[in-house]
Amino acid sequence: MINLYFILPEIFISLSIMVLLIIGVFKNSSSKLIYTFSYLVVIISLAINVNISDNFSLFNNSYLIDDFSSFIKSIIFITAFFVMLCSYNYVKIGNFLKIEYPILILCSLLGMIVMVSSNDLIVFYIGLELQSLALYVLAAFNRDNLLSSESGLKYFVLSALSSGLLLYGCSLIYGFSNTTNFEEISRNFSFEYGVIFGMVFVLVGLAFKVSAVPFHMWAPDVYQGSPTSVTVLFAMLPKIAALTVIIKFLYGPFLNLFSEWQIIIIFLSIASMILGAVAAIGQKNLKRLIAYSSISHMGYALAGLTTGTNDGIQSTLIYLTIYLIMNLAFFSCLLMLKRDDIYYENVQDLSGLSKKHPILAFCFLIVLFSLAGIPPLAGFFAKFYVFMAVIKEEMFFLAIVGLLTTVIAAFYYLRIIKVIYFDQEKERFDTNFNFGVKFSLAFSTILILLYFINPNIINQFILSISVI
Amino acid sequence: MTNFPILSSLILIPTIGSIFLLFIKSTEKNNSIKYVALFTSLINFFLSLYLWKLFDNNISDFQFVETRIWIKNFINYKVGVDGISMLFIILATFITPLCIISVNNHVKIRLKEFLIAILLMETLMIGVFCSLDLIIFYLFFEGGLIPMFLIIGIWGGNRRVYSAFKFFLFTLVGSVLMLIAIIYIYWLSGTTDVEQLYNLGIDSKYQNYLWLAFFSSFAVKTPMWPVHTWLPDAHVEAPTAGSVLLAAVLLKMAGYGFIRFSVGLFPVASTDFIPLIFTLSLIAIIYTSLVALMQDDMKKLIAYSSVAHMGFVTLGIFTFTHQGLEGSIFQMISHGLVSAALFLSVGVVYDRMKTREIKNFRGLVNIMPKYAIMFMIFTLGALGLPGTSGFIGEFLILMGTFKKSFLAATIASVGVILGAAYMLWLYKRIIFGELLSTIKKEIMPDLKRDEIFILSTLAILIIFLGFYPEPIIKTYAVSIDNFVDVYNSKIETNLVEK
Repeated sequence: MINLYFILPEIFISLSIMVLLIIGVFKNSSSKLIYTFSYLVVIISLAINVNISDNFSLFNNSYLIDDFSSFIKSIIFITAFFVMLCSYNYVKIGNFLKIEYPILILCSLLGMIVMVSSNDLIVFYIGLELQSLALYVLAAFNRDNLLSSESGLKYFVLSALSSGLLLYGCSLIYGFSNTTNFEEISRNFSFEYGVIFGMVFVLVGLAFKVSAVPFHMWAPDVYQGSPTSVTVLFAMLPKIAALTVIIKFLYGPFLNLFSEWQIIIIFLSIASMILGAVAAIGQKNLKRLIAYSSISHMGYALAGLTTGTNDGIQSTLIYLTIYLIMNLAFFSCLLMLKRDDIYYENVQDLSGLSKKHPILAFCFLIVLFSLAGIPPLAGFFAKFYVFMAVIKEEMFFLAIVGLLTTVIAAFYYLRIIKVIYFDQEKERFDTNFNFGVKFSLAFSTILILLYFINPNIINQFILSISVI
Repeated sequence: MTNFPILSSLILIPTIGSIFLLFIKSTEKNNSIKYVALFTSLINFFLSLYLWKLFDNNISDFQFVETRIWIKNFINYKVGVDGISMLFIILATFITPLCIISVNNHVKIRLKEFLIAILLMETLMIGVFCSLDLIIFYLFFEGGLIPMFLIIGIWGGNRRVYSAFKFFLFTLVGSVLMLIAIIYIYWLSGTTDVEQLYNLGIDSKYQNYLWLAFFSSFAVKTPMWPVHTWLPDAHVEAPTAGSVLLAAVLLKMAGYGFIRFSVGLFPVASTDFIPLIFTLSLIAIIYTSLVALMQDDMKKLIAYSSVAHMGFVTLGIFTFTHQGLEGSIFQMISHGLVSAALFLSVGVVYDRMKTREIKNFRGLVNIMPKYAIMFMIFTLGALGLPGTSGFIGEFLILMGTFKKSFLAATIASVGVILGAAYMLWLYKRIIFGELLSTIKKEIMPDLKRDEIFILSTLAILIIFLGFYPEPIIKTYAVSIDNFVDVYNSKIETNLVEK
């Protein structure tokens, strides 16, 4: 018998999406109400999810609930909550507050949690597409803006291409192993090379989603073009889901082919770290800069996966968690750069921020040093754990390249700090922020700043997860 | 009182003080802020003196050790002092209040933030000198980059941005390699606890690479030729208090790191790399002394002299003799005092004239006699005249070097002469001669009360230690004896194994 209790979060979100849609259609000017309701939906889903602590597989073993997926789902819900919280003001002022906006976010959330729990190629693909479709629309949400429409279209075309490759890979895997189930694939496949081809295609599709080099081209344009509230989402949520699927995919059915895919991941990791660091140096737009920065951060996260050990996976998850916190803080800062209802997003707009807005400047300082990985901030520990795992496997080349690219990356983070602290001051920004963005900034900055006192506060959830 | 966590208090008090500062409103007069900061740093200074009094000179082990679980089953927070680190802690706590007293004259904007940065710096400096775990050490060592970057970048001179970036990136490159080495040591030995690592020892086949990784970090920080180029820039652009902290304490972190980690953990590799260190140190001594001769900027001249003096320190450490090591530590303490004093002296004239070009000064003795006397003492201290603290360090180092290599000692002695040349020439050009017509008496008054206080404190100490070095030497003698014995026995066992 299928125990639907275990997929209660998924069911709850699907039902809420429908209910909210109906409310939106029948009640006039209900967009604010729906936005508020969607907070509730996310929080309730989180509460339900936390209460499910069993390991269980459903639907002919095509859907798997375990510690790993529950943890990732919790992270997704928390992140989504903060994303919506910190971007509310932006959405209101930018005139994006339509009923579709929160509902699309919930749709992509649903897609992500399906992805995370999937144990079957088809289920996984359905989740992925549900997630992506919602994101295409969100990227182009500011439809009067040329850049936004361009980014939506660009994301759609490239994403469709990568989905095509991914689907082709799935079909190859199915063809050579007669099954789509993750657990059976490893037992079944007869012709190794065919499956390897399939695996590589699927990896390409997933690498596109995490924007690992050389599949990163869309990221800077989409990050810059989309409304900032959507960029926050892009920088955080799809990466969690895609990285989780990479872990499940590689360490599930293809663990036997470790030596085959290890070199691919090492390449993706090194290329992302180097390109992300070098290309960000010349950027003038903060959103574009953070796009390159997130490319290089994904490189570090992938470095943990090259190890083939549980330590490596845990280090990636720690990295991912801290990455989310840092991004939340960064974007909260960015969403505070408002003057007369116009949001500013260029590096030069920050000039001399520290004189008029010392607290905001200090938060920026903490976040940027943390992104650069300077101790004792959280960003350092993220890198520290990853390189602990990498050096344990004696992969010194990866470690040295990785740490030297942090020095290059430090340069462009320092450049922003230089603009904030050393340059001439400009006009004041507004200071009348709503509670949401202030709260998310304070919460994330304090976490970054004080993480070092007891790293186990976050790590304890992750260190109990074992994937292999 | 035996269980009182005195070292952790030393580390934490400046941070607590800086948090207090955050909540004090900065007013036009700014006095309350400065007094809170001064009070904090003085508490720390007296606490460290008390620590020195409690410190038992006859034990070579680590004392006042505190161990706390930090990350379970992984890293422990562990601090402790022995004879080697004791004096550096005193140096750090002694220099910080002097910096805070001196800020009045040269920090015009954002005094509160400046004081917070200085106090945080003090926390990190003390942390570096008493941490007994490699990862804790690394955190303190690297954490220092953030406040120092801001001190140079916000309150620095015209080319402050360039200098701050150079300082930050140079140091970071060296340090990340050290991080890799630290992590690898963890996987090799299962611990990063320094005491345990001393006992376990590290297999000699891994030592060379690990030594090089540590070397890359310490060489940049020392700084050794050819990676010393960040130092003159950073010194020149940093505000006086920043230069003082940099020269007096930050550079000593590297010298301390060489003794504690490079030699302590990798004795075999250290022996193998003696030629490298000797060559680089001698180049640093001769080359940077020559460069110092040619400088137009007073601060830059002193910065280059710091590189030369640190060359003596590394030379002394890698002789692995009692005299060499004792001399190195003494030289570091002495250089901490002398260079701090010199930078403060330059700060005195810079605050009045807003220039540091040597050619803009001449004949200051005519209008600033007190200043001339103070500057004389520091100049003599810097060139190592007998009767000043500079002499004892250099003398011991040269003695140690003679034991190992006659050639190296001869070249280093030439460096001493060059040191005398550039310092005396600097003194002659600034102080003696006729008063330059551009210098007005009104803008160049003689030393003010607080300046006299700071400079005379340093001058008395420099002369006192020159005549009576016993309190310093007594503190580290037993630790150094033990350190050299352990080193020799490790080298012998390694030879036997081969």
